[in-house]
Amino acid sequence: MAFLQSAVTRAGTFTGRKGRLPYLLLLPGMLWLFTFFILPIINLAGTSTQTPVLGGDTGQYVQTFRLANYIDAFNAARPQFARSFIYAFLATLLALAISYPLAYAIAFRSGRFKNILLVLVVAPFFTSFLLRTVAWKQILGEEGFVVPTLRALHIIGPQATLTASALAVVTGMTYNFLPFMTLPLYASLERIDPRTLEASNDLYANGITTFRKVTFPLSMPGVVAGTLLTFIPAAGDYVNAAILGNPNTTMIGNVIDSRFFRIVDYPTAAALSFMLMAAILILVTIYIRRSGTDELV
Amino acid sequence: MPKNDPISPKTLELIRAQMSRRGFIAGAGGLGAAGLLAACGTGTSGGKPGTSSSPTAISDTGGTVRWANWTLYLDYESKTKKYPTLEAFQKQSGIKVNYKEDVNDNDEFYGKVQGQLKLGQDIGYDIVTLTDWMAARWIRLGYTQKIDVAGIPNKVNILDKLSTVGFDPGRNNSLTWQSGFAGFGWNKQKLPGGIKTLDQLFAPANKGKIEVLSEMRDTMGIILQFQGVDIESNFTEAQFMNGIDFLQKKISDGFIRKVAGNSYKEDLISGDAVAVIGWSGDLFQLNSENNGKFEFALPESGGTLWSDNMMIPSTSHNRLNAEKVMNYYYEPAVAAQVAAYVNYICPVKGAQAEMEKIDPALAKSPYIFPDATALSKAKVFRTLTPAEETTFTTAFQKATGN
Repeated sequence: MAFLQSAVTRAGTFTGRKGRLPYLLLLPGMLWLFTFFILPIINLAGTSTQTPVLGGDTGQYVQTFRLANYIDAFNAARPQFARSFIYAFLATLLALAISYPLAYAIAFRSGRFKNILLVLVVAPFFTSFLLRTVAWKQILGEEGFVVPTLRALHIIGPQATLTASALAVVTGMTYNFLPFMTLPLYASLERIDPRTLEASNDLYANGITTFRKVTFPLSMPGVVAGTLLTFIPAAGDYVNAAILGNPNTTMIGNVIDSRFFRIVDYPTAAALSFMLMAAILILVTIYIRRSGTDELV
Repeated sequence: MPKNDPISPKTLELIRAQMSRRGFIAGAGGLGAAGLLAACGTGTSGGKPGTSSSPTAISDTGGTVRWANWTLYLDYESKTKKYPTLEAFQKQSGIKVNYKEDVNDNDEFYGKVQGQLKLGQDIGYDIVTLTDWMAARWIRLGYTQKIDVAGIPNKVNILDKLSTVGFDPGRNNSLTWQSGFAGFGWNKQKLPGGIKTLDQLFAPANKGKIEVLSEMRDTMGIILQFQGVDIESNFTEAQFMNGIDFLQKKISDGFIRKVAGNSYKEDLISGDAVAVIGWSGDLFQLNSENNGKFEFALPESGGTLWSDNMMIPSTSHNRLNAEKVMNYYYEPAVAAQVAAYVNYICPVKGAQAEMEKIDPALAKSPYIFPDATALSKAKVFRTLTPAEETTFTTAFQKATGN
């Protein structure tokens, strides 16, 4: 806390009374972050280098600063790490492919239905995340209409199923994170000045060129925000893999869960959580740098 | 389930799926527990086994008992929103019972209270109800109080098979709440021939439509017995790993579509799964709700018998009252009333005769009152040492994709 207070007082002495207000406004947020983010992170870091108490009972660990925990944890969960990023990447791509036309239509073509359409995009949030995922199990299951239809059309064999598969996991993730993609896209598309499109038209650009050279570049902040908001939670997600997947489609979140609660191996679970965080942070940094929108997001 | 429950079977199914008793429904348990992750982080560091403070002074104060149990595990009347047997006890004894369905998962519950147990602080419960292997851990760590036989004269009613267990010889620290079998469950329409052996479960025709339990001791117990290993004996790590290899092969070959808690029930109903390693009580409920479409049987090579056990935490000051509750639920008539609702194996002798008065059909149910042959075909997975527990659980979790 001391550093916060000193920051506040220092700010006060530099800029007088008025300058203090922003810091005071920041205080609740900072306190929140400190208690529920910084402290747990420190705790987690501490746990990640512990080792079992010799001859101790299940779940008893002692601090030995064993950094090799990270290597062991990574080697044990390599396939799940890979899967997490592949599935999250696929789900992000799919969500983008579905959301962009949707957001475009809402922003430019929906007329008086705009608000209704926006409500419809957000409406799934009124139900629990878990229930929605379980619903997909039914949609893709033997009782749903998808499997019998595909079978009747001979697209899949009579024995083939859609649930408990990688396809189902990616589908579930795409669906669950779709609004996170659609809303930022809509927000940035909606902000585009129609006169820029008219200008493009005046300069003899056809529809495709206008989209490529004007609309899409101007919507980049939305694309970046949407992909980040989809990719980050998707990479750490384990609910979809647990409900819609099979033992060969588990993701890193499932491993962390199993380490924490089944094996009671807190150090490995903590190390994996840290590595997941670091990996996402690195990927996101590269992504923002490369898309050149760091000042826009 | 009471037969006259106004809720439709479908809704019940959904509710059950949401708050599964033994199973870990993916998110529900995990999400709720997520907030705990940090809390249980370093709470265990530096602790030495068995150093928990000795049981605190015992008094009969307050006239209350706080009891943590699993969901849907005590007779409940949805109309009055009350537990009839508990109401009767409170009236008759004057002791107020604060009954909470706070146990969703053994590990999660342990994670919540272990810090306080170690420090000898009140965990907020006078009775906890946990599965054998977790009960073993509590007793081993000295987190339970010795039960006074004088306070529980009805203790003599416990089934012979359960009267002494490896983790608690003589049942001095625990008393069985309910038990159940793990065995084979299948869809009779799809598999009229039934399933008696593990080979029949993993028949090529069932490929991709088989589910096994995420409870290691149940799934591995059945596999190990199929491989000729006595799970009550001191089997070796190599023998256990043979079983893991078997499971691993079935998973990588695509035979097993899911390793699940109670959620296998929904998949049996929808037809996504046709055969499972499952729990007797679940299959009983499924059967009664689906016109006898499903069947349960213990494997020829042997199934498993598990129990949930009532224990008094070392931090409780209400031991005498807690004993009164335990004693009450070991009265055959009361036990029969509970069994009629929960449909798991009733651990109380004489309850079968009492059940005749409530529901003669249930009194004949082999799921609730198994005969001696059934009981002899089910073994209790032996208590593992802490080191074995970690090694075996890790191997099982790895094999199942985690």
